[in-house]
Amino acid sequence: MLSIKDLHASIEDKEILRGINLEVKAGEVHAIMGPNGSGKSTLASVLAGREDYEVTAGSADFEGKDLLDMAAEERAREGIFLAFQYPIEIPGVSTTNFMKTALNQVRGHKGLDPLDAVSFLKLMKEKMQLVEIDQSLLSRSLNEGFSGGEKKRNEIFQMAMLEPKLSILDETDSGLDIDALKIVANGVNKLKNKDNATIVVTHYQRLLDYIVPDFVHVLYKGRIVKSGTKELALELEEKGYDWIKEEVDATI
Amino acid sequence: MTEVAERSKVLEGLNTRFSGLNSNSEFHTIRQRAFDFVNEKGLPHPKNEEYKFTNVTRILEKQFDISKKTGHAVEKSDVDALIFEGLDVVKLVFINGAFSSELSDNEEIKGLKISSIASAIEINDPQFLELFGKATKDNNDEFAALNTALVEDGSFITVADNSIIEKPIALFFINDATQEKNYTTLRNLISIGKNSQVDFLELFSTKGNNDSFTNIVTEILVDENAHGNYYKIQNNNDNASHIGTTQIHQKRSSVFSTYTFTLNGGTVRNNLNIAVDGEGCESHMYGLYVVNGKTHVDNHTAADHIKPHSMSNELYKGILEDTARGVFNGKVYVRQAAQKTNAFQSNKNILLSDTSTVNTKPQLEIWADDVKCSHGCTTGQLDEDALFYLRARGLSKTSARALLLYAFAIEVIESVKLEPLKNYLEHIISDRLHKDF
Repeated sequence: MLSIKDLHASIEDKEILRGINLEVKAGEVHAIMGPNGSGKSTLASVLAGREDYEVTAGSADFEGKDLLDMAAEERAREGIFLAFQYPIEIPGVSTTNFMKTALNQVRGHKGLDPLDAVSFLKLMKEKMQLVEIDQSLLSRSLNEGFSGGEKKRNEIFQMAMLEPKLSILDETDSGLDIDALKIVANGVNKLKNKDNATIVVTHYQRLLDYIVPDFVHVLYKGRIVKSGTKELALELEEKGYDWIKEEVDATI
Repeated sequence: MTEVAERSKVLEGLNTRFSGLNSNSEFHTIRQRAFDFVNEKGLPHPKNEEYKFTNVTRILEKQFDISKKTGHAVEKSDVDALIFEGLDVVKLVFINGAFSSELSDNEEIKGLKISSIASAIEINDPQFLELFGKATKDNNDEFAALNTALVEDGSFITVADNSIIEKPIALFFINDATQEKNYTTLRNLISIGKNSQVDFLELFSTKGNNDSFTNIVTEILVDENAHGNYYKIQNNNDNASHIGTTQIHQKRSSVFSTYTFTLNGGTVRNNLNIAVDGEGCESHMYGLYVVNGKTHVDNHTAADHIKPHSMSNELYKGILEDTARGVFNGKVYVRQAAQKTNAFQSNKNILLSDTSTVNTKPQLEIWADDVKCSHGCTTGQLDEDALFYLRARGLSKTSARALLLYAFAIEVIESVKLEPLKNYLEHIISDRLHKDF
């Protein structure tokens, strides 16, 4: 589904990603872990098409198409979803209205007719249950005055509405208490199937107790320096990142 | 022509027009005083702090002959075209400065008295003579004086005590510049009695593409415990210049809200002055300007707190594109006696081009020591992070941008209490943001 080869990216001439290689297949869950500043969020942003980053080398192929050639909205319409680490507050726009516009533009891209009001509401009701989010929250201004947990649940709700092929969760767990974390993880798990894939970017192993990854990758200094299975995450939890840093720094 | 010669041309025009007015009416003494004031002071030039960014005088000098009136060919269909869906109002129509009884409604409504200013002057209406200039007595604006000197028509509206006027009163001001340029003077005098309630709309539009200029003054006297909303909607063509003063005097426990929407025009200058002259008053001032091309819009507002325990709240927002220019000056005075005043002011602008500009200046002068006042102004571009967020959900750049601008504007539109007007503005703004901007 997604094939990243030797991806380099920088912001303001500072190189953050320095040769990422990653293969993600349908039905898989990949966790990307790593110490602060290793480039995790940059990778998520670059894949979603944030224009602040400049891709200087490498390629990213999504379902046979050149991902890097597409604008952010095209990637979203092709089925890439980024759950933001810090969801934006937009006063004056309700989640409902925003989702209606987004969903219909995505549908238009697929050659589908826009959903009528009744079908849209029905779909919303169904997806709301998935993340245990209240209707009243969705009629309010997007994320404005939402708690951290509400914002993250809203991200997963949007993901549920748009039914992406590849979801990238950027530190969706940080700042969440255990109840909120369970709700968010539960939502993600219910959306998982054999045709879609998930990349979970996280700093903590805790989330991976609830969203069980098939692969765990450790990002350090802009490269994936170690890959393994979920046991690697447990090892990291136990031993921290220092041993990996030492290992990598010794070989340079 | 040199500037001096041009200047004298305006005053000459004033003289010619003035000498043609009916000097037998009792109103003429009021006019004469204003006429002398303008002759003595002249019209303001950019050295005058109040007109630093907006040289209204220059437009008059360069383009208009104020000595004469101009004809028109406005018909009922022109007026009908201005009435938007659901708008159920008492309609008063003014064309090139003159009241049109044929095009206006003539409905009897209990507690409401409407006459044209022309007839009030003609019959020496004692109530008119008593109320005229009451609200503007401390106003030293030269254009307001020019208005008083040359006024011939407009509306004189009184709402009796304890009257709830259900239907809003809509004043349609149409300038027909199809055949030639025109200079128009208009005046409204509105008095709202104790415990009464009424809404007003002033709707401005132009016909034809020649230059036009409107000088309008609206005086509103709001008596004790009265409630009112006043909406000003300016949607003129590119060649229409406008200078308007809205002068409001509020008495004890009254609640009054003003809304100023500027959607298009040439040079637009709005002066809004509110004297909060009673305890327990509430004054709201909302403004929204969404302009592109070469439109220049200047809002000067002043809230003068004279008595204690009142509040004023001001929110003006602007979206500017191309070489459009915005000016905002918000004065808040809190006099020594006006303890426990709450006064808030905010002006926010989004510039969509490198060539659009905004000059914004809050000006608070506070003599009382126990008050709550705040002000803030921001001018910036669209938030890039928000744009990316929306695009990352599949919205095109254009619709993401329109959605954000709409969200920015809606804060002002949502405060509109008149549902059909709210819908009309919502449509017009959302349409505009998708197409022109």
